[in-house]
Amino acid sequence: MAVATKPPVPRRRKTARTGDLPRKIGTSSIMWLLAAVYGFPGLWFVLSSFKPAGDLFTYPLTLFPKKWTVSGYTQAWSQFDVARYFVNTLIVAVAATVLTIVASAAAGYALAKYRNWWLKVFAACILATTMLPGETLLPSLFVVVRNIGLYNSLSGVVVPAVITATGTFMFRQFFVTVPNDLLEAARIDGSGEMRTFLRIMLPLARPIILTLAIVSFQWRWNDYLWPLIILNDPRQFTLQIGVASIVGAQNVNWSVLLGASVLSMIPLVAIYLVFQKYVMSADINAGLKD
Amino acid sequence: MVDSVRAEPRSIPAGGEPARTASRWRPRRKHNSYWAAPLLMISINLVLFLLFFLWPAVIGLKYSFTSYTGVGPAPWVGTDNYQRLLHDPAFWAALKRTLIYTACVVPLIFVASLGTAYLMVSPYSRGKTVARVIFFLPWLISPIIAGVIWRWIFGENFGLVNFIITELGGKAVDWQTDANLSLIIVIIAATWMNTAFNMLLFIAALKNVPTAYYEAADLDGANAWQKFRRITLPAIAPTSFIVVLLSTLGSMKEYGLVVAVNAGGPGTDNNLIVQYIYTTGFRRNQIGYASAASFVLMLILVIIAVVQLLANRRKGS
Repeated sequence: MAVATKPPVPRRRKTARTGDLPRKIGTSSIMWLLAAVYGFPGLWFVLSSFKPAGDLFTYPLTLFPKKWTVSGYTQAWSQFDVARYFVNTLIVAVAATVLTIVASAAAGYALAKYRNWWLKVFAACILATTMLPGETLLPSLFVVVRNIGLYNSLSGVVVPAVITATGTFMFRQFFVTVPNDLLEAARIDGSGEMRTFLRIMLPLARPIILTLAIVSFQWRWNDYLWPLIILNDPRQFTLQIGVASIVGAQNVNWSVLLGASVLSMIPLVAIYLVFQKYVMSADINAGLKD
Repeated sequence: MVDSVRAEPRSIPAGGEPARTASRWRPRRKHNSYWAAPLLMISINLVLFLLFFLWPAVIGLKYSFTSYTGVGPAPWVGTDNYQRLLHDPAFWAALKRTLIYTACVVPLIFVASLGTAYLMVSPYSRGKTVARVIFFLPWLISPIIAGVIWRWIFGENFGLVNFIITELGGKAVDWQTDANLSLIIVIIAATWMNTAFNMLLFIAALKNVPTAYYEAADLDGANAWQKFRRITLPAIAPTSFIVVLLSTLGSMKEYGLVVAVNAGGPGTDNNLIVQYIYTTGFRRNQIGYASAASFVLMLILVIIAVVQLLANRRKGS
């Protein structure tokens, strides 16, 4: 029925006509109202971080600082060791991201292009890790990591976080769509299996690599609980532990807290703004969440 | 007639089988001859799985029957830990609080992310590119920082919300010292933070609904709500299921956000289950007891997942 009557009303939903003006205004204002609700908390927070410590608590509050200052930032940087936490977090996030991509790409490719009974078992095991996440094994996972000597080291934070079902299946889904003929052709040309994977297949997966890189970087940059358990020495702390320790103090030093918090957000926001399209437009798989 | 069509393929295998297996046989053997390369490819994940998943699961189960403290011997105590858990008011309080929190936050995340996604694909809204970035920014913010942001807005003596309330002639509200109000802040913060990602999932799903359905509905004179209720919702059901399942599991494991908003307080009123496990296991060094609590949490998560899966399957059929 719909098919028969289709020609007279072409692309009705795609382009709203000018007669829909009231509806356009209505929908757009709802959207912008919501956007204001979602954007305001962050904006208020960032603007507050530029207020002098004295003005933070004096009523009446103003949206913009009466006098702009960066003293909260300099204080956070000098007193609170933000630089060290920054470096630690960066090491963790970069190392974990690189390892995650290598491990996930290889495993995802194996799951997509080979048929073995043990690969099916392996796929089921990987899937189980999403259903039964690390939080449910916290105490014993800690004992294992301590017993292999990774307690209180950044590698203890990185290594257990490398395995991800999301990443593995993202790559699997992608490589399934790559024609097998390509693989066959490489075999006929005498290319070894690993060589085919590294030289031909991996470069094809560039968009997936970038998407997973951003997502994985975000996971590790924002991780709190696992680093908190593994890291004991304040010199090893990551940003999230550091910020949480300011919040946990008896008297919260809001000036430092605001500065440190905003500083800790900068790298992710910068990465996001540069690589936006890989997060927003990628055919993000439903399993993409850690 | 439908039955006869269905029955037909079943009768074929008797005659068609040899040909089929013959054609399948070759590629299968070809694939099977490769085992070293795939094994090498999965090796990293395989080792990590055995070391950081299977092994902790096995020893965790063992520890849950001991009074292990993290060092020294692990004396066997049988089911003592589990019995103690049953009578531990702190455990039940944390579990109850977690369930209340999840029951509040999941519907909110669902509505917020579907609503924003709907606006993002609507042909009537203007300025979608910028709005999408605004909606998505909270995804970049860690639970700790998100908690700090909302704590700052809802501060009792200095927060913006109380400032506005007093300006309007109201009385400052005890956002921090009242346990329920404090939980509401966590719920608001969690909704704000988790909308972004689920919105992306819904955008992808909404874009995949065939426009022909809406065109047909337009011709039949359906209104917007009818179209949403009868076409959109059924069409995006698989995504809705994923969003609900992942949000539920995620909320059951919430920790960082609560720490930043109120540290599980006032007192221990807003301790959620993961915080309970963390405190028992790592502050009080009761690894055995905490392992038992972990397995109870795991059991609850599995039950939730299975129930939702079954409900989804029934709805689908």
